[in-house]
Amino acid sequence: MLHLTLFLIFAAICAAGAVNLLVQKHPINSALSLIVVMASLALLYLLLGAEFVAVVQIIIYAGAIMVLFVFTIMLLNAGVEERSRGSRVALMFGVPGLLIFAAIIGWVMTRHNSVNSELAIGQMYGSAKAIGRLLFKDFLLPFEVTSVLVLIAIMGAVVLARRGE
Amino acid sequence: MNNVLTFLIVAVIKIAVTVGVLLTIVAYTVWLERKVVGRMQNRWGPSRVGPFGLLQPLADGLKFIFKEDLTPPYVNRGIYLLAPVLALTMALTSIALIPIAPNVTVDGVTTPIQITGVLDPSAPHGSSDINVGLLIILGITSVGVYGIALAGWSSNSKYSLLGSLRASAQMVSYEVALGLSLIGVLILSQTFSLRGIVEQQQGWFWNWNFFKGGQFIAFFIYLMAAFAETNRIPFDLPEAETELVAGYHTEYSAMKFAMFFMAEYANMVTVACLASVLFLGGWSGPVFGPPILHGLLPVFWFLLRVFCFLFLYIWVRGTLPRFRYDQLMAFSWKFLLPLALANTVITALIVALRA
Repeated sequence: MLHLTLFLIFAAICAAGAVNLLVQKHPINSALSLIVVMASLALLYLLLGAEFVAVVQIIIYAGAIMVLFVFTIMLLNAGVEERSRGSRVALMFGVPGLLIFAAIIGWVMTRHNSVNSELAIGQMYGSAKAIGRLLFKDFLLPFEVTSVLVLIAIMGAVVLARRGE
Repeated sequence: MNNVLTFLIVAVIKIAVTVGVLLTIVAYTVWLERKVVGRMQNRWGPSRVGPFGLLQPLADGLKFIFKEDLTPPYVNRGIYLLAPVLALTMALTSIALIPIAPNVTVDGVTTPIQITGVLDPSAPHGSSDINVGLLIILGITSVGVYGIALAGWSSNSKYSLLGSLRASAQMVSYEVALGLSLIGVLILSQTFSLRGIVEQQQGWFWNWNFFKGGQFIAFFIYLMAAFAETNRIPFDLPEAETELVAGYHTEYSAMKFAMFFMAEYANMVTVACLASVLFLGGWSGPVFGPPILHGLLPVFWFLLRVFCFLFLYIWVRGTLPRFRYDQLMAFSWKFLLPLALANTVITALIVALRA
């Protein structure tokens, strides 16, 4: 009961934040709404019993990435956004796409409705130990390749940002 | 009595006592700072209100409450009001994760002295806490950056904006060194649970991570990063009064300014608690005497460590001048970060060789 109540509260906050993100006119308000979405997502992970993933979500998304977003908005002093009248292409493909997506989610949920049992914190396959074992043992090669990819991206950014000599 | 009811009552009492003590410590750290820095500079410090100026924090509090609560005309009102609340909330929340002392029994009810600690018969010392405690504190600290960043931006003033840009850049940079300095301790203790980390360091002082684990380099990295994280001298660039008036809180007055002030000191206390827990054995110390002392002495030993840290903060403030901004950044990225990485690698190597 408590589980369901908490889920409903944070799911509602998450959805409200996401809607607010789109509706807000000022970029900093949108960024703040995105932080709310990230934080409430972390709490939903916590309800799923994955405490490590939840905290990492807060540290990386809410704490690091969004700080850079806010930082950039502050530095550029971005003003109120300009409104366009919406593109026809988005309307033509967006609405059917949304319907198909909703149908797929509904279909998956009705087929797998047996998995709605409650979990205590630490019970799921989401502890630091389990994730560490997955990353550094079972999927070591993909993990290392990804880290090289990230390194390349960082070097690319440095090269692009450097002024010509 | 009903189990759930007992749990709730105990939880409320623990929260009330911890927050009460924390706020008192915050108020009297300000007094101590003024007194000690005063003596270091051949002055008296506060001496008029009460004996030794001991009632000065109360007088300051009253002054903050009765001052005119001014909101400048061109601020972004919602965010301007949100920022100090965010900063103070995040600063006060992290104390909930700190394990202050082992179990105490009062009136037949046993509970660990830690807000997030619970009784756990299967644990070695009869209580446990959440297994990601350390990470939660880091998460709370990283969200606390928003308080400062948003305060500067929403004030719509160039000094505030520059101060908050400096603060955010500094806190993000030093968070890296801070996080990496903790990894050595984590490798040694193999758990994120703060209670578990303290329990492994019990006994005499050579069992502390500082000595036994050889984490003294990590400790000094942590210490320096902690000074920067809490925006204290010699890293108080965000509020450098010679260049930026008062930095990110230039446009704040009365209670809203007091909230930033309290947040800074509460952060100092949290950082001191974390250093004691991770490196200096938490509540470990000689325990003797009647049962009541058995409950209170660990709390005393813990608070003694925290006091030493707070004194160190004040001492450094009275001693060192402020860094230049490029020196500050170079110090973090070019000195602390490689050192922390080296410490991580060496600790991992030693642990691997021992295993």
